[in-house]
Amino acid sequence: MLSYLINGISLGSVYAIIALGYTMVYGIAKMLNFAHGDVIMIGGYMAFCSSSYLGWPPIICVLFSIVVCTVLGIIIEKLAYKPLRAASSLAVLITAIGVSYFLQNAALLIWSSNPKAFPNLINLPSLQIGGTQISAVALITIAACIVIMIVLTLFTNKTKMGKAMRAVSEDKGAAQLMGINVNGTISLTFAIGSGLAAIAGVLLCTAYPTLMPTTGAMPGIKAFTAAVFGGIGSIPGAMIGGILLGIIEIFAKAYISTQLSDAIVFAVLIIVLIVKPTGLLGKKIAEKV
Amino acid sequence: MSSILSVTDLNVHYGSIHALKGITFEVKEGEIVTLIGANGAGKSTTLNTISGLLKPTSGKVELLGESLMGCPAHKIVEKGMALCPEGRRVFSQLSVRENLEMGAYTRPSSEIEDSLSMVYEQFPRLKERSKQTAGTLSGGEQQMLAMGRALMSKPSLMMLDEPSMGLAPILVEQIFDIIKSLNKAGTTILLVEQNAQMALSIANRAYVLETGKIVISGTGEELLCDEAVRKAYLGG
Repeated sequence: MLSYLINGISLGSVYAIIALGYTMVYGIAKMLNFAHGDVIMIGGYMAFCSSSYLGWPPIICVLFSIVVCTVLGIIIEKLAYKPLRAASSLAVLITAIGVSYFLQNAALLIWSSNPKAFPNLINLPSLQIGGTQISAVALITIAACIVIMIVLTLFTNKTKMGKAMRAVSEDKGAAQLMGINVNGTISLTFAIGSGLAAIAGVLLCTAYPTLMPTTGAMPGIKAFTAAVFGGIGSIPGAMIGGILLGIIEIFAKAYISTQLSDAIVFAVLIIVLIVKPTGLLGKKIAEKV
Repeated sequence: MSSILSVTDLNVHYGSIHALKGITFEVKEGEIVTLIGANGAGKSTTLNTISGLLKPTSGKVELLGESLMGCPAHKIVEKGMALCPEGRRVFSQLSVRENLEMGAYTRPSSEIEDSLSMVYEQFPRLKERSKQTAGTLSGGEQQMLAMGRALMSKPSLMMLDEPSMGLAPILVEQIFDIIKSLNKAGTTILLVEQNAQMALSIANRAYVLETGKIVISGTGEELLCDEAVRKAYLGG
């Protein structure tokens, strides 16, 4: 029971970290970046290559993966989305799906469709709590998630750049009138989201060590679900949505059915959206005019 | 008096619509200049073009003798111009204080406190509500916040777009009193208004815009007495 809960929270933490990327990009650029899941996959391959082929130490591999994904995020935004800033949201959405297929097929070309065994980057003994084995990976995942949550909350609420991000997310025109570089802020958001995707990729592949070009697709969709579940655009919402989703998935797998677990996860999403269309923490802003 | 803003033969198109048809005007240091005109005459288009949010098809905009053509909106603020936009557009989910901080985005953080206390002195209401989110303020308070936010960049030229819109008459008078006192304190002002009576009564000079062209110009008093202006904008 306890071990299921810990596993659920740990899987949910990965979803939460991915969901943060979705939610931040949505908050600023008002677009759903469906290529986000595939950035996770690229992050996984980067850590895999630097560890298995180059033999770099684990921490360096993780940092390398973060740097590559951050740059990749900025490039994707510049090449694919920025030219569509004034276009309809449908055009941007289709482009995002296109970028997603592009990344998957590029990975297919480079690394082939054969699954790669992801190296164990976190080599620590598991912990014994009251007769339950808890893996170090699970604990590190949860810890990483908490740290990221705290840092991001402080960043958006306390720093000048973070506040500017919130201003841009509300009104790009007014933000420009303040002297805020809107394009730069959007780039920064993509950079942060993609860097987080790299961390999520490494954690995900460490917990489930098979790496394929489609590795990022399903977690990407689930994290998107988590972001909507928690209230898209809200940072704590993404966190809570992700963790709840992870717990529901693991418990459904353990007690109901492994095959049906995904169906159950999405059924919960549908129910939440029927009851509360803005998601758990989605805001309905009361505003005087 | 030297010229702070000079606009020469400015043309703006929205697709095939010719919104501004070669307007030319200037604002001199220490003045209050107002642009009046009916809905759709091009008043807001003028301000949005000067502030860099819209790109003109041709013409020249100079601030303190320096051309602003091709300069992105977020760089223009640094050069000393602030626009308090139509409809206030405060950041409703940010607190009052954070809104003001955003106004000083281009300035070093060491100077922000001084400007904050100056704005709070001008608008004591904002100080009382500094921790509230801006969306919870009343319309008048939001207008004050939008003006305070624009002041935070310490502009040499402050442009106000319809500051009286949607406000009760007593608040309108208060807002105009504030505009006058800001001007006395040294800020040059370019004011766009539908409330022509009020605008002309505080303006040094005024221009009347009609379908994208300047049709009449003169001092505030001259225009208040002008037969055509009285008929068209002041209700006879």
